[in-house]
Formats: sequence, structure tokens, C-alpha cells
Amino acid sequence: MVDQEHFEPVIIGFTCNWCSYRAADLAGTARVKYPPNVRLIRLMCSGRLDPTFVLKALAGGADGVLITGCHPGECHYLEQNYKALRRFLLLRRTLVAMGLEPARVRLVWASAAEGVKLAHEIETMVAEIRALGPLRWRQNGFTPDNAHDAHAFAVAAEEVSA
Amino acid sequence: MTTQPQDPAQPKEKIGVYVCHCGSNIAGIVDVAEVREWAGQRLAGRGVTVARDYKFMCSSLGQELIEKDIKEQGLNRVVVAACSPHLHEGTFRTACGRAGLNPYLCELVSIREQVSWVHTDKHAATDKAKAVVSGGVERVRHHTPLEPLRVAIHPATLVVGGGIAGIQAALELADAGKKVYLVEREPSIGGHMAQFDKTFPTLDCAACILTPRMVSAGNHPNITLLTWSEVTEVHGYVGNFTVKIKQRARHVKTELCTGCGICQEKCPKKVIDDVYEAGLGYRKAVYTPFPQAVPKYPVIDVENCTYFRKGTCRACEKLCPTGAIDFAQKDEVLTVQVGNIILATGFDLFNPQKVTQYGYGRLANVFTSLEFERLTNAAGPTNGAIVLRDGKTVPKSVGIIHCVGSRDRNFNNYCSAICCMQSLKFAHLVKERTGATVYNFYIDIRTTAKAYDEFYQRVLEEGTLFVRGRVAEVTDAARLPGEEGKLILQVEDTLAGKQRRIPVDMVVLSAGLQPRADAKATAQVFGLSCSADGWFIEKHPKLDPVATMTEGVFIAGCISGPKDIPASVAQGSAAAARVLSTIDKGEITLEPVRASINATQCSGCRICNTLCPFGAISFLEADRVSEVNPALCQGCGTCVAACPAGAISGTGFSNDQILSQIEGLLMLNMEYA
Repeated sequence: MVDQEHFEPVIIGFTCNWCSYRAADLAGTARVKYPPNVRLIRLMCSGRLDPTFVLKALAGGADGVLITGCHPGECHYLEQNYKALRRFLLLRRTLVAMGLEPARVRLVWASAAEGVKLAHEIETMVAEIRALGPLRWRQNGFTPDNAHDAHAFAVAAEEVSA
Repeated sequence: MTTQPQDPAQPKEKIGVYVCHCGSNIAGIVDVAEVREWAGQRLAGRGVTVARDYKFMCSSLGQELIEKDIKEQGLNRVVVAACSPHLHEGTFRTACGRAGLNPYLCELVSIREQVSWVHTDKHAATDKAKAVVSGGVERVRHHTPLEPLRVAIHPATLVVGGGIAGIQAALELADAGKKVYLVEREPSIGGHMAQFDKTFPTLDCAACILTPRMVSAGNHPNITLLTWSEVTEVHGYVGNFTVKIKQRARHVKTELCTGCGICQEKCPKKVIDDVYEAGLGYRKAVYTPFPQAVPKYPVIDVENCTYFRKGTCRACEKLCPTGAIDFAQKDEVLTVQVGNIILATGFDLFNPQKVTQYGYGRLANVFTSLEFERLTNAAGPTNGAIVLRDGKTVPKSVGIIHCVGSRDRNFNNYCSAICCMQSLKFAHLVKERTGATVYNFYIDIRTTAKAYDEFYQRVLEEGTLFVRGRVAEVTDAARLPGEEGKLILQVEDTLAGKQRRIPVDMVVLSAGLQPRADAKATAQVFGLSCSADGWFIEKHPKLDPVATMTEGVFIAGCISGPKDIPASVAQGSAAAARVLSTIDKGEITLEPVRASINATQCSGCRICNTLCPFGAISFLEADRVSEVNPALCQGCGTCVAACPAGAISGTGFSNDQILSQIEGLLMLNMEYA
């Protein structure tokens, strides 16, 4: 059993260039503090998020994945955040079918003005995942190189349950 | 799709890693020397051949460091760990370009906004900085040389809002020979400034300085003035926006109307004017807001016009000497092409009715600042006489309350910037015109701009009384002798350290400014964002105050926060200058982030076809494959993520780049090295 006291979760966060990445910038400029467990990746839009990225992160040792985008109706590319939402819901359903706790994959809308909100969401997510404990997908056989097989497996599992 | 580890002995990439101290901004939390040393040693197998740390990478010496290494060490990739790419990505790309390296082979990773400024544990922050650098190194390995996209700029500009900021922007552009569409939703341009009598601190007459500008804007051959109009839709991107403007029916044929005013004179329907007269005066159902309105043509307010309501009257039609009245006129939608947009939609006055203890709306002689502006205006409902609500009694004492709805955690936390000076101006006007005793109730006096404090000194010398303290209540309940029939201000005088009750005849609430009630809807039309307060967000609060995050859309005046007239005018000019620079260049360069489809991999499933909101993807029936039109593609990457065959790639944000960055951030590369 992992010592919960000393477990530091690693979270990969995907941000949108137009809103949430700037919210992270704003959190910085305003010196809003949040735990250092999240490592951010900049995409042009939450619509760019290929579900494979999430699987890759989880299979590569991340304990959770944070997906962020513009609020509904505020997408820089008109409506692509809705597509991100659709993918997120499908992906989370698939991941839950594979036995993953839903809290490990989180979707947050954060506008460029919401640095405080983003910091707060990160803080909450880190606390939740700390409570869940490590994911250990990596130790249990999913490696970055078969993330696609995991995806295939997940799709198959989804078809069976549907 | 995943990164294949390369032979560590022969990495083809030669990567330079530069860790910035940013003075103590980064170095105070992150052990930059340790990050540099770690990157140089542990990432050597991943192609890092040079690792340095430096006090200020963005300084010319820091940039020269990179340039020198590119030239002397043959670097072909650069990772700078410093501030946000939104601040200095351009700086380091340019530096690489100067040294002969394609600028897009440089990656800036943020260890300031995302590490040192948001974390407190030095050890954890240093570890995170290493992971962030590692992610950048893995990502940069998959960067490819790119060329920026060039977009032609349509030479016309849309200016939304005909207040002083919008007028200034429109005139600057028009005087430079560029075509401008100036859209205003009221029947006349002029904005709030047209309501004022005097402007602080010079006390020059607002109309005398504003109306010539309005006339110039109205007559300018390069300005198409669209009043009584609103922008409903905006499509396209910088350089080529397609804008739909709804022009409401004036019910007056402008080609026939001479602006003689007979219709307004003869119209039997009086309506309280909530906009221009701030509810203090009347207008007719057919009206121009004020005599100097530009354009001079009136509009018929169909909600109040007797003909539109009851089907009879038509007095204006019968009496118009040129037959310009047209009850059958319909709203029109205009479509225009522009290259840039300037938004100058201004502010709303805070509604002081929300501060119930000040009694506005309940106590007759409590006025808002805008009402008071109209009272003092020579062209206003009282012809400039400062009188009580009864229209004749001259007050013997006046209390002016500052910061109503501003600097108040119950309403707006921000300072409205203009209220101190406005209140001082009111105090001066009351003294000058009535000789009444004037009390100013203030929290702090903020007189920061040119000649403002001198004006404050002048008002002090004129004998205006200043009480430091936030007024608790305005009441008409007399308790003490001498309070009967007065408004009593209950206030803690924080300088004297005691409670005071001050009876006055008139109270003026210096209400703050707040964002337009429909600011959020406006933001959505133009694809912008507002802060939590509702003010529009500038691209950078200090270095780019009139640009927005959307290329080609600029903001000026109070749309981004409370401002006085000089600041609004300066921003109008500044926004125009920004637009002019792109028009004169004829083109603008954009990030080369675009999707493209590999025809040999495309299975023709057409999943991507419906995902693109810009219609950039079409299906080639002959070849049974889809194709991206790069001129329409905006680079969001949604189709890239959706392609089941992996046939679509997105420059700058390819699967390889992102997947490798994930590996780097998770330090999986440690196992390859």
C-alpha cells in the first residue's frame, strides 16, 4: 500500500491557447498559489484534444488528466469546445468502464479572466486524486506504446456494454 | 505515432536549453542552476548539447547568448525556460531567426507564470521546472521549419460606438484616407460626453469641443455613419471580416429630410427622455436627442408614436415640408467587409437605486451624477439652473457623495476613476452658480492626471467643505432642530473621529461607471472575453492596452474600464494607429497553425467534413478524399483529433509534438537516455 501521506499525484493538464492557458498566466501574474502537481500543455483549442492524449498520459504514469477550455458559447473557434465536451463525456464513460475513477479525468471551463477559478479547480483536483491514491496503470501493464491497444480495448468494451 | 527512442550516441538534434532567472522572479523559487545542470546532463541523450542559465534571457545579452550558440555550436533546436509564450515567444523566435535558425524551431516553456509565481515549495517547484523543460525538449525535437502565414488586410475598418473614443478613432482613420463604418445604436453620435456641460479640470464646454468633432465625423467623405444601428453578426478573421449591421427604420427619409425640426415641434406625444436627459427632461416621439445631433435626421420611436400605437395622428407627416416622413420604412440589414474592428461601446452608469440607504428614487432631491450633469447643462431641461426637483427652488446647501457603487464590496470593488474629479467639478459649479454651501463626502481624493490636483486645490480654496467618511444614510426623518424639510446625511467623520448629521437641500450621488448591461452579448458577437467585472480584456494591460486576444479586433475608451475623456481619446487614436499600421503594410503575418490532409492516408470517411465550423474541409468526389482549404482553416485542430486514420496533421501542434511533450512532462524520456 502506498503511503498516502507521501503520495504526490502527477496530473497532466490540457489548456486552450485563448482561455485557460491565459487563465494560468493570469494566476501567475496575480501570484495565486496552487499545488505543483499539475503540468500543463498548450493546445490551440480544447477541440484539438485527441482522446489518445489522455490515454497516453494515464498510461505514461499520470494519476489524472485535467482538460480545460473556453466556456460554452465563448469558443475562439465558434463551437469546438462543444466537440471537446462530447469527446470528454464519451472518453470518461469508456474509462469508467475500464475501471477508472471518474474524478481522475476532469473537464473545467475557464475563461482568460478566471485565473483564480483555474487555481481553485487544480487545488480541488489534486486533493481528490491524492485521496484516490496512485493510478499505477503504468506498473500494471499499459505502456505508452500500447496506449492505442488500450484505446482499442476500451472501444471494444464500450461496444459490448452498449 | 509515439516517439521512438533514438540512439543516444548519435542524436541528430542539437538542442540548446536556456533557463532564465528573470531576476529573482524565477530564481527566487526555482533552483535555476540545478535545472540547467540537470538538463545538460540528463537530457544530453535527448539531444541537449548546450544548457545555460542567465539573469535575463529576454535582454539583448541573453538573446545574443542564444544567437552565438546557434552559430558556433550549430544548434538546430532551442528551448527557453522563462515566462509565458504570450509574452516573449516572439522575442526568442526573432533571435533564432537572426542567427539563421528557422524561428519555429524554438520553444518557450513557462516556468514563471506556471511555476515560480504559483508555487511556494522550492524543491517541488524545481522538480516541476525540470519536468516542464523535459516536456519542451521532447516537443521541440518534433518541430519542423515553418513559414508564417500572410493575410491580406481589407482597407476598411468598422468602428462600433460613436462616443468620443469611437469618433476619435474614426476620424484618425478617415483623415489617413481609409474607409470607416461608424456604427452607433442611438439616433446620434456623441455618447456620454454630449450630455455634459463642462469638462474637468479645464472647465471648457463639452459641446464646444465635441460637436465640431461630431460634425467632422458626420461629413467626412471616408466615414459611413450608421446611427440607429447595431452590429448583429461578425464572421471571418483579421483582414477580412464580414459584418452584418441592422439599421433600424428611422421612418424618416434622410435624402429628403432637411433637419428643420418642424416634426419634433408639432409631434403631440411627449416622452420622458431616459437616455440623453437621464430622465429629467422630455423629448417627442419623433426626435433627435439634442439640437446639435449628428446626423441631423430625427427618428420615430415606434413604441411611443401615437400613429404606431393607435393608427391615427400622422401630424409629422402632414406638416413635414419635404414629405420626408415614411411610416412604411422597414429595418434593413447591411453587410460590409472590413479588415479590422475597433470597439468603443463605453459604459453604463451604476444604478444608485441599488444603494437603498441613499434614497435615490425615494427621496426627490437625491440626484445621480448624470442627472446633475443635465441640470448644469445650458441646453438641459433647466437651461443650466441648479434647482431642486420642483424645478424652481435653488438649494442653499448641497451634499456630494463620492464612490457610490465603486470601491464598495457590495457592488463594484474597483475605483471608477472619474468620480473624484466629477464631484469636484460639481462642487465648483454649485459654488459658482448658487453660492450654496457644498459638502463633499469622500473616502480618498484621487486626482492623479495632469492639472487635476491643482483643480482640487482651487475647489478647496473656493470654500467647499470636505468630510472624509462613507455616508451611512440619507434620510428625511428630522430629529434635531434645523433638520426639518432637509435631507440629512449621517456620516462618520473619520478625520474628526465623530458621528455627524449634516442637513442639506440637495444630494448628488457620484455614481460609478460599470460595463454596458449587454457587454457579454457584445463580447460574444465579436469573439472576445470580459473580465469577471464585465469589462473587456486587453491583450496586455500595460504593453498592449487597445488590442484584444482576437487579431484584428481592438478596444478603446471605457469598454475596458473607467476612463476620463483624455484617456478615451488617446485610446481611440491608439487603436486607429494599430489598425493603420496593418492597413498600410497591406498584410499581417499569422501563426502558421493549419491542418492538412495526407491524401494517401485519407479513407474518405468524411467524419472531419462536418466538424469544421469554417467550412474549410471539402470532399473531393473524384479522388474520394477530403481536403483542407488553408485559406479558410483557422487551426483549431478539431479535425486532427477526430481523424480515425490519423491522416490529418496540424502544423505546430502535431500528434508527435503533443505526445512527445506528454512523455517529456512525465519524464519517460529518462528511460530512453
